[in-house]
Amino acid sequence: MNSAKRFDMFRMVFSVLIALLISFVIIFFVSDEPVTAIVTLITGPFKSKRSMGNVIESMVPLIFTGTGVCIMFSANQINLATEGGFHLGGLVAAAVALKLGLPAGLSPIVAISLAAVAGAVFCAIPALMKIKTNSPELVSSLMINYISLWLCTFLLMHFLQDPSVGSASYKLPPESELPTLIKGTNIHLGLLIALVVAVFGYVFLYKTRTGYELRLTGENENFARYSGINIVKVILISQMVGGVIAGIGGSVELLSPIYSRFSWVSLLGYGWDAIIICTLAKKNPLYTPLAALFLAYLRTGASIMARYTDVTLEIVQITQGIIILLVVAEQFLSGMKHRMIAREARASLKDEGVA
Amino acid sequence: MVLQMNHIMKIYSNGVVANEDVSIELKKGEIHALLGENGAGKSTLMKVLFGIESPDEGQIVLNGQETAIKSPQDAINKGIGMVHQHFMLVPSLTVAENIILGVEPKKYGFFIHMEKAISEAEEIAKKYNFDIDVRAKVEEIPVGIKQKVEILKALYRGADILILDEPTAVLTPQETDELFVQLEKLRDSGHTIIFISHKLDEIKKICNRATIMRSGKSMGTYEVKDISTEEMSRLMVGRDVILTFDKKPSNPKEVLMRVRNLSVRNNQGVQKIEDLSFDLRGGEILGIAGVEGNGQSELIDSITGLNKSYKGSIYIKDTDIEKSSIKEIRDLKLGHIPEDRMTSGCAGNLNILENLFSNQYTNQEYSGKMLLKTKRIQERSEELIVEYLVKCKSFRQNVGMLSGGNIQKVIVAREFSTEPDIIIANQPTRGVDVGAAEFIRRRLLEFRDKGCAIILVSADLNEVFSLSDRLAVMYKGKFSGMFTDVSAVTEEELGQYMLGLKHQEVQEGVIYE
Repeated sequence: MNSAKRFDMFRMVFSVLIALLISFVIIFFVSDEPVTAIVTLITGPFKSKRSMGNVIESMVPLIFTGTGVCIMFSANQINLATEGGFHLGGLVAAAVALKLGLPAGLSPIVAISLAAVAGAVFCAIPALMKIKTNSPELVSSLMINYISLWLCTFLLMHFLQDPSVGSASYKLPPESELPTLIKGTNIHLGLLIALVVAVFGYVFLYKTRTGYELRLTGENENFARYSGINIVKVILISQMVGGVIAGIGGSVELLSPIYSRFSWVSLLGYGWDAIIICTLAKKNPLYTPLAALFLAYLRTGASIMARYTDVTLEIVQITQGIIILLVVAEQFLSGMKHRMIAREARASLKDEGVA
Repeated sequence: MVLQMNHIMKIYSNGVVANEDVSIELKKGEIHALLGENGAGKSTLMKVLFGIESPDEGQIVLNGQETAIKSPQDAINKGIGMVHQHFMLVPSLTVAENIILGVEPKKYGFFIHMEKAISEAEEIAKKYNFDIDVRAKVEEIPVGIKQKVEILKALYRGADILILDEPTAVLTPQETDELFVQLEKLRDSGHTIIFISHKLDEIKKICNRATIMRSGKSMGTYEVKDISTEEMSRLMVGRDVILTFDKKPSNPKEVLMRVRNLSVRNNQGVQKIEDLSFDLRGGEILGIAGVEGNGQSELIDSITGLNKSYKGSIYIKDTDIEKSSIKEIRDLKLGHIPEDRMTSGCAGNLNILENLFSNQYTNQEYSGKMLLKTKRIQERSEELIVEYLVKCKSFRQNVGMLSGGNIQKVIVAREFSTEPDIIIANQPTRGVDVGAAEFIRRRLLEFRDKGCAIILVSADLNEVFSLSDRLAVMYKGKFSGMFTDVSAVTEEELGQYMLGLKHQEVQEGVIYE
């Protein structure tokens, strides 16, 4: 690892620490029992098997959407439709589980596959709009999420709704549920699928021809074009692959033991979280599980803290916000980085002088 | 002593040591040359003086007082003005508006007092004997005048010390002479001028003293009248420069590219190329000289497929490329060294390896249908780094961390490693150190000798002269001249063609039927 990469790593850890520190200070201001709150936040997730399980299971959707966003952002396609793709994936999975009546084993496979297709088609819409009409994918994908939300809500209410419970579908049949891996927790098969997808994302981006095209385009579109790379293809493929992963993520989450019905009538926010994951993972899908673990730990801790003390859950939003600001702020610690580089340069000057 | 810069050290954030213990002293009322090859650190030293870069070490003493220059605004307030190599003017505004921009005389404290602006601009132009119509729009005036506007801009802001960064690079020989007259007048009126250049004859002509720089270090300050051009060039490059390559006579073969009746308009509808036709044969270097902006970029973009909206036709090896994609054109074995290496020649945040294969990763040798053959690519990267003398730690180093010369070598390695039959080299050695430049030029000659057809566009007349087998001058989208015997043209004459003062009615050796 060269010194620049080492520095980036240091900066990341430092940002996280500063963010936590600021959050702690805020807790001291707002809480009557700040020490208890902070201790609960940090140690809460380790207190029981169930809460440790909570950390792991809430990693799963984060890994999916994080990987999807890593792929799109690597190609510099700032598509935020992961949110809607995830939502749609959940609805498609629920529809397959409820309507097709497939046997165990086959049911989740079909559900996940169709959700993947739905995600791809959905995330391709901003891409096609960019190609055909030159509309920025950032804006179109942001707005299209609401279409996904209300379309899914409409379909839920008209085709899947269980009148006895209100705004939720009928109970999903046991054939469609993903098996639990560890007894006493909700840790399910989806975790393994998520890890496979993260590895797939890494291989796709760093080992395949298409991934290379994506990254070249993402780093310098002029250079990619000059090199003969088909930019239109990159725009479309990157966003479709991102959509596939978002769709799978939504379906896996819905078919997990956590949910017994499709009851998503507002956006869940995993698409937004994905941007945090992608930033922490430096756009490399291989690091998304680590980033997801961190975020899941922080959130589980915060929800335990909110349950037992007077500090609200939203405090972690502040922490997250500060982390993102510091990580993406290129000038943060740049003076220190410059001194480090200057020191190395001087050292190598001396070496040359001796030689 | 107006200004002293003592022991300046500047290290860029990519680790390049641009200035290493450099000192320079300026006397009042002198024209002081700052001499050195591209990449020697002249511009960096001046950026430190003008407050664009902050030095890592060293002090600046202005009029006997140690001072820190924090920003260009600060520099201007302290009486330092800079004319950049690339003009910083707003083309759609008038000369007067450009001169007052940022320091506008105000009416009622809020509105621009335009009449006063015009009269003040006229006044200052008159004071320094600049013959300029201050009401003309900047986009409509020639380059030479634009430069005068830049100088006036600095003078209007009260500059006593004027930094001119390669002022003659974009000028024709005639415009250069005119500039010199003006500079001498300025000197006589008590201004101090720093004249950055690597053209020895110009320095001899106009400068009083010269500070010579080589690879980030100062090689000393000399009275220009006491030092010979040979001595200056030796100090500058560290050895005697060979300006002429001992190249074999060219042995042109079959025509590999035919351009017929090419016309190009830019986005604003301005005609950039007008009815241009020429042939290019294997085994020859066709040099294209000309003042920048006379259609060279448009020509290259059309040939390489970057610009698809042209009239006329371009054939590469008998293929009409009108409908061909960039990839298809590259597959006809065409290599392209782009004009601006950072905009389109590389991805600075990707590593050397990733930058070496962007034009050939689909080759069976480097990838299957889906997967890249990582091991083979790594081996080949190592070979290319050795073969093209790229100075780096490993192929995992980001290209953006390399020096300009080494980035250019990476680009050249990539474009040449496909064994192209046609090479389009647009400013291949711009901003590159002497060693790298010479290396690239030798490579170009090697390819020519192997039968490759080469188009060389360069602002470096020396380079065009020493490499070209045929030399065309582009003026306003046409060839104003075509010389089949390069040795028979003088620089002076070339300048007249570049300016459009001369024009060959009948041109020989343009098309081979």
